[in-house]
Amino acid sequence: MFQIYLPIAEMSVDIFLLLGMGGAVGFLSGLFGVGGGFLMTPLLIFIGVPPPVAVGSEVNQVVAASVSGFMAHWRRRQVDFKMGGVLIAGGVLGSVFGVWLFGILRQIGQIDLVISISYVVMLGSIGTLMMVEALRTILRRRSGTTVRRKAHVHHWGHGLPFKMRFRTSRLYISAVLPITLGFVIGILAAIMGVGGGFFLVPAMIYLLGMPVGVVIGTSLFQITFVTATATFLHASSTQTVDVMLAGILTLGAVFGAQFGTRVGAELRGEELRGLLALVVLGVCVTLLWRLVAEPASLYTLSPTGFH
Amino acid sequence: MKRLLVLALLVAVSAGPGRSAAQEIMAGLSHHAIGITADFAGTEILVFGAVENEGDIVVVVRGPRREVVVRKKAPVFGIWINAQSAIFQSVPGFYGLASTRPLSEIVDADMRRVMEIGIDGLRLEPADMDPSLRDEFRAALIELKQAEGLYPVEPSTVSLAGGRLFRATIALPAGVPVGTYAADTFLIRDGEVVAAQSSPLIVSKAGFGAEIYNFAHRESEFYGIAAVIAAVIAGLAGNLLFRRT
Repeated sequence: MFQIYLPIAEMSVDIFLLLGMGGAVGFLSGLFGVGGGFLMTPLLIFIGVPPPVAVGSEVNQVVAASVSGFMAHWRRRQVDFKMGGVLIAGGVLGSVFGVWLFGILRQIGQIDLVISISYVVMLGSIGTLMMVEALRTILRRRSGTTVRRKAHVHHWGHGLPFKMRFRTSRLYISAVLPITLGFVIGILAAIMGVGGGFFLVPAMIYLLGMPVGVVIGTSLFQITFVTATATFLHASSTQTVDVMLAGILTLGAVFGAQFGTRVGAELRGEELRGLLALVVLGVCVTLLWRLVAEPASLYTLSPTGFH
Repeated sequence: MKRLLVLALLVAVSAGPGRSAAQEIMAGLSHHAIGITADFAGTEILVFGAVENEGDIVVVVRGPRREVVVRKKAPVFGIWINAQSAIFQSVPGFYGLASTRPLSEIVDADMRRVMEIGIDGLRLEPADMDPSLRDEFRAALIELKQAEGLYPVEPSTVSLAGGRLFRATIALPAGVPVGTYAADTFLIRDGEVVAAQSSPLIVSKAGFGAEIYNFAHRESEFYGIAAVIAAVIAGLAGNLLFRRT
């Protein structure tokens, strides 16, 4: 009804559709404490936003979402700034590499394919893991047993050089680990338009051995800076950042997230987590279907070079 | 080179005989500038004018030329990926035509190619390509443009009043590219172009959307910084708005 023209995506979209999408994904992110970028980018592609613009604009929106969360954790002093700084160093390098790769893939006409395949692999694995985890928790609750995990395990990573002391996290580990981890997150941000919290948080707990209390705040600190870098690089080299699109989505997401947080505080998680897993798997299957189904037209048209 | 020749011919037929006697053809446009605003849903261009003596009139509105690439998908391990591609050097972003009679009755195929009148007359040749594939990709390019409404399949009609005054409307769809267009009017007699006139038409983005687009493309670095700052402010505002005490 109320069409709005997105200047970079170069298309008209119903503003309420965008606000609704922002609200729905924001609600899920408030409910489950996830960023939501991994759901928003595929949704944007489904409504016809060119995949590169979906990625560039979504990474811009993730900046807004993570800054907000970071502030909340900062006030509670749940951020390890030194660890965050090392992760950011890796993340900036990763996003520079990712945006460079993005430009090349776009030039040879394979960027849409790489974005879709990355999402199929990522959503497929996260969705399956979440589903298994949720089912296991539900079964365990029924049988009444509890399993304790070891908080800190010694592994190969502790033998690496360049050891650094991280006081807030009470760790003395090689800087190679967080830099590499940050680098991978930077690539994910640049190519998929996600913050990467779904990957970063478990890696910080199990790979780096960080105390759970500072993990979320530190990950948000890193995500804020890395997505800001990726936004800047996309804007300056691929011109795929649509601020109008990102702004409308943010507006919807801010309200959705508040609502989601309130609902989340009152509900039990496992069944809902199973439901989120179903949503994630559903998006994954839809993307996969678009890759394997014979397209309506075999041909596509695009300008060469992009100025 | 060919284009230069055509240009020379256009100048010759429009200026040459026109100067000596009265001008053979005179044409004007309803708009010389079109602004694409946030709610742009397409528009119509009225081309009108007068001819000195009777003949057939063809009006062509042509969009800015751009290099485009056509890619063809092929299944690889069950996934449809872009495989072959062809680069076309100067493809009009829009091609709309109006004529007094069906084009084939006015000019033959050779003349259509020389003057680039009609979609089949457009010189769209991909560089370095197998001739058999060339036709396939050319046809695909035209089909894609037609599907977007940028190469209208049905030509409009030029209506003549009293054999002298003519008018034609060409519809521009919502998705027209920005740039400099040309509205060319040809007077054709016995299969020969006897007079022609060309009028420029500028299509540009207008309003807030245009400012964002220009900012993003002309000062990309500052745009990037502004995008980050806007997101940070939005995030902080959201955080303050719902801050719990």
